[in-house]
Amino acid sequence: MQLSREELLHAYRQMRTIRAFEDRVHEEFQAGNIPGFVHLYAGEEACAVGFCIHLKEGDYIASTHRGHGHCIAKGCDVRAMMAEIFGKKSGLCGGKGGSMHIADLERGMMGANGIVGGGPPLVCGAALTAKTLKTGGVAIAFVGDGGSNQGTTLESYNLAKVWNLPAIFVIEDNGYAESTASSWAVAGSQVGRAAGFGMPGYEVDGHDFFAVYAIAREVVERARMGGGPSLVHVRFARYYGHFEGDAMTYRGKDEVPRLMAERDCLKLFRERVLEAALLDAAELDRIDHEVAELIDRATAEAKAAPMPTEADLLTDVYVSYS
Amino acid sequence: MPKKTYRQAINEALRQEMERDPRVILMGEDVAGGMGSPGEDDAWGGPLGVTKGLMPRFGRERVLDTPITESAFIGAAVGAAVTGLRPVAELMFVDFFGVCFDQIFNQAAKFRYMFGGKARTPLVIRTMYGAGFRAASQHSQCLYSIFTHIPGLKVVLPSNAYEAKGLLIQAIRDDDPVIFFEHKAMYDEEAEVPDEPYTIPFGEANVTREGGDATIIAMGRMVNFANQVADELAKENIGVTVVDIRTTSPLDKETILETAAETGRVVVVDESHPRCSVATDIAALVAQEAFEHLEAPVKMVTAPHAPVPFSPALEDLYIPSPARIRRAVQEVLAFGR
Ligand SMILES: Cc1ncc(C[n+]2csc(CCOP(=O)(O)OP(=O)(O)O)c2C)c(N)n1
Ligand SMILES: [Mg+2]
Repeated sequence: MQLSREELLHAYRQMRTIRAFEDRVHEEFQAGNIPGFVHLYAGEEACAVGFCIHLKEGDYIASTHRGHGHCIAKGCDVRAMMAEIFGKKSGLCGGKGGSMHIADLERGMMGANGIVGGGPPLVCGAALTAKTLKTGGVAIAFVGDGGSNQGTTLESYNLAKVWNLPAIFVIEDNGYAESTASSWAVAGSQVGRAAGFGMPGYEVDGHDFFAVYAIAREVVERARMGGGPSLVHVRFARYYGHFEGDAMTYRGKDEVPRLMAERDCLKLFRERVLEAALLDAAELDRIDHEVAELIDRATAEAKAAPMPTEADLLTDVYVSYS
Repeated sequence: MPKKTYRQAINEALRQEMERDPRVILMGEDVAGGMGSPGEDDAWGGPLGVTKGLMPRFGRERVLDTPITESAFIGAAVGAAVTGLRPVAELMFVDFFGVCFDQIFNQAAKFRYMFGGKARTPLVIRTMYGAGFRAASQHSQCLYSIFTHIPGLKVVLPSNAYEAKGLLIQAIRDDDPVIFFEHKAMYDEEAEVPDEPYTIPFGEANVTREGGDATIIAMGRMVNFANQVADELAKENIGVTVVDIRTTSPLDKETILETAAETGRVVVVDESHPRCSVATDIAALVAQEAFEHLEAPVKMVTAPHAPVPFSPALEDLYIPSPARIRRAVQEVLAFGR
């Protein structure tokens, strides 16, 4: 499978941006600068980027509580995202949403979601809009392994299939829902569930950007061509706790360091493109450097930005209220 | 008497009732934690550690971790309750009731009536509510008014650790479905809590402060804010009676009306939205049944008709504060004088 140089550079930049963003949010949370519930996507970058790279303007995604990566991959403004997480008025949602509700409908990002299983029905709706208005658009629901057990998710498979919607269900299996293992909580298999609803189902190593990319291309194309929904079971690992502050005592002793050493999506990407001489190291280093600068700037700006004020408290409850 | 946190009091009530009655079981997402995981078992004890230690003591057959599937497991708790168990199910945040409400309000709440008095559904749903955690719109709501609205459900809001233990034991022994609201900002607050089991009956409000000038009626965390205001005003020689209603269903109308009549100047404090709320319910009750005793219109102190914002700057403005309660008391005191 041939990715253009531009695509390769874009993919690497996006994955690196997500990683750097999450690492920084982690630090700032530890330092007590970020309040609330924060769930980080570090380790899972290849999935969001591998799918969203196939999306165009007019396509939609619905995310989960672990939504920063999907946001960045769908093209949301990183500086406004950081400001949002700091609760600032210049944030992507004016400081009203925070990490768990970060969203940008103009970019086709229907929101991180505080409700596990909240996204899949919304994606059926976005896919219905695309189908009805004949936009050629598709919609992707990112769903955790835990979220895959929610009734709303399973009902959405059925609805997407019987309405033949351009919808894609991406099951992001990081092994855990909070502290509970997906190997325990998920009866049957994700691919078997897809088969049960008459949908094509795939399983893929989510640390391998290229593997995700290939399957994503196939399912997005199918949806776009009117071929209906598909499900992709992506396996990977999260590096940080369920939320910031989680001591992760339920995980194996060397689990995370081992995964970071052996299956890190950024390292694997770098090795692969250097080995095949698709890009050179200096280009990748430059991206790392530029991303680090961007995140520094975004963080400094977010810290300096003003908080919303009393005048903002009651705005935007409705479009109009009379 | 030993001091215990709200968290410890709840944990102790659960443990003592599980020891007393083998039909009492717990279920919920990560109520033990670590299910199927390679590391520590009982890794969480719920997201804020409230049920920690119960699984090692009672085993996984009585402390059941569930997949994320509220509709199914809350419904299973209802079905188990009506067939002989006494489940205590944890709905992690009350905001998630949207996923499973049918099983609560169309099933559990109505069995007794629909089946001509032949059903008993001894179910407790423990759930976290309230703002102040920077947890944003979908993890900060109160929503107890919605449950209060449904005939067949009982609704409990303990205002401190002592109340939490007694009311939870009462809830577990009660034969009707009970929704037990725990304020997430109160888990570390301490009170004197007896070691032995005790119950606090439903529908009996608690007068936490006595004063002759004005009456504050409050529930849950707002009782503490009201007490604080009453203590401040007492120093200024203004006597404020504070009523902790304890349960919104059943509601202790008698105590509310008596204390309202005594002062004729009433403030209702409710952390929830102002429309169709427990506050409006109490204000209407007082207006209808204590009208002749009123010296001032009933005042409500509530959150606004808006979702809970994330930004700390906004959330602090959103939650009813002691300062706002104090202002409201001063307003009812000043009325007509
Ligand atoms: C309806 C609902 N139930 C429970 C929760 C609490 N909760 C938040 S995230 C989470 C675990 C989700 O696990 P998974 O879907 O695997 O996503 P991951 O966190 O692993 O990305 C739970 C139980 C919630 N937010 N919404
Ligand atoms: Mg997971």
